[in-house]
Amino acid sequence: MPSGRNPGQGSTAIDAVLDNLDIFAEGFRRTVALSVLAAVAALLVGTALAAMRVSPVPPLRWFGTAYVQTVRNTPLTVMFFFVVFVLPQVGVVFSYFVFAVVALSIYHAALVCEAVRSGINGVDVGQAEAARALGLTFSQNLRLIVLPQAFRNVLQPLGSVLSALIRNTSIAAAFGVQELTGVVQRLTTANPDSVIAVLLGGMVGYLILTLALAGALALAERRAVTIR
Amino acid sequence: MRVPFTRSRLQPAGARPHSPAAAGRAVPSARSGGTRLGSGARRDARRRGGALMLGVAMLAALGLTACGSSDDGDSATPSDSASFAPGTTMARLHDAGKITIGTKFDQNYFGLKNLSGKPEGFDVEIAKIITDGLGIPRDHVNFVETVSANREPFIQQGRVDMVVATYTINDKRKKAVDFAGPYFIAGQSIMVAKNNTTITGKDSLAGKKVCSVSGSTPAENIRKVAPAAQLVLFDGYSKCADALKNGQVDAVTTDSVILLGIIDKDPEAFKLVGGTFTREPYGIGIHKGDTAFRTFINDTLEAAYKDGRWAKAFSSTVGKVVPNTPTPPPVDRYTS
Repeated sequence: MPSGRNPGQGSTAIDAVLDNLDIFAEGFRRTVALSVLAAVAALLVGTALAAMRVSPVPPLRWFGTAYVQTVRNTPLTVMFFFVVFVLPQVGVVFSYFVFAVVALSIYHAALVCEAVRSGINGVDVGQAEAARALGLTFSQNLRLIVLPQAFRNVLQPLGSVLSALIRNTSIAAAFGVQELTGVVQRLTTANPDSVIAVLLGGMVGYLILTLALAGALALAERRAVTIR
Repeated sequence: MRVPFTRSRLQPAGARPHSPAAAGRAVPSARSGGTRLGSGARRDARRRGGALMLGVAMLAALGLTACGSSDDGDSATPSDSASFAPGTTMARLHDAGKITIGTKFDQNYFGLKNLSGKPEGFDVEIAKIITDGLGIPRDHVNFVETVSANREPFIQQGRVDMVVATYTINDKRKKAVDFAGPYFIAGQSIMVAKNNTTITGKDSLAGKKVCSVSGSTPAENIRKVAPAAQLVLFDGYSKCADALKNGQVDAVTTDSVILLGIIDKDPEAFKLVGGTFTREPYGIGIHKGDTAFRTFINDTLEAAYKDGRWAKAFSSTVGKVVPNTPTPPPVDRYTS
């Protein structure tokens, strides 16, 4: 009767990670690039969407609402599928890396928009009224008075969105981008005797990113408090 | 990785009541899992001991009644007469009357889940030949999904009793598990768009976008065979076929049977070029060191080669796209 043996555990298991550090590094770089580019794009687009949703122009409000409701209720995998396989059929062809950034940005922009909008709603109405009384236009009001306070209010939920974004980049592995998860899949196949070590290696990669994000957020929070 | 763990948490709990530890066991980490595995195995062994006693008692009772009337055995199992040396995996599975087998759920012609939720294909048929030999009724054979990356862990942790899942035998895998068979020799090939004349085989792939599945053996092979090719990896071959149709990639590479299956569905769009350039012996993965079980599976395969059951399994599955049934490969009774 077979007992609970675990061949391949021990020093050889770690070798599977150490021998392939260059491959890990390459995947890690792609994950970082995907995360950073998609985060910047999602923050910009999401903030623009939030501005639309609170703007005095009804068509802009309608567009913002429709965007958020459509995108936020679509699974990210479906979004990827749409971008990677449907866009080329209408003549929009980019590299798979760009497609992945696009899909991630579209999806997380909706989440950023809702976080920022809740921040805007949390800013005292008196602030916007006072700004208007001083003669500031809508965009000046938003840019100089409301948004800076709104962002301070929603640092934590924004952090959650960005942290989710980092982990969601793993879906790109299924759509032509060999990032960290793709590398883990590749190395687990190549090293069947040390699957757990390879998985742990991949986990460490994601932890580096999410912990760095958490650190940055903690700094930002401390600064936000001192400004207030 | 996510899917199989949830799936297995759902399935074996009910399916394998003799080993509750398998259901409750979380993904073990390299270190902390060690002790938990150990105690689980002990508990398992105790329960199995109990089950064995119970099995012996029941067999004795059956034997007594059988003396009275010779034909009241219900003959539900294909080979009631099967008897195995006590303590072997065969005896355990035969006495339990059920078995858990890992196979692919997404591999056309080998293991593909049909609309009623049951997997179909050559691997499934081969598995049934083995379970028939064990005397386990067909409806007590529990198929669970194994994907390429979790086949070894599933065998090592005892979540499955064997794996028949387009499982290429190689030396690295032999370190973690043992293989019976091979029962089939696959070969990797290249598929291009029908009107493509520039790609004629593995040597004309330099600078071309070649699609395969992330973490698969064919993807690793093509890295070595055509290092100048630009590899594009998805999570399934249907996506590669879509990308080839859209012109986003220039070629798709994997085992020829899978490619023939894609071409069979869309013969106007694709074609194979350059023949096969690898040799992939598909084996049956079992717990490492279980030589008796390996010998039993090899014997069963050889019997199926002789009496035509292997050929029948082939022609009803892979044979749909490969018209000529090949000669079955000799089993490899290697010593490690």
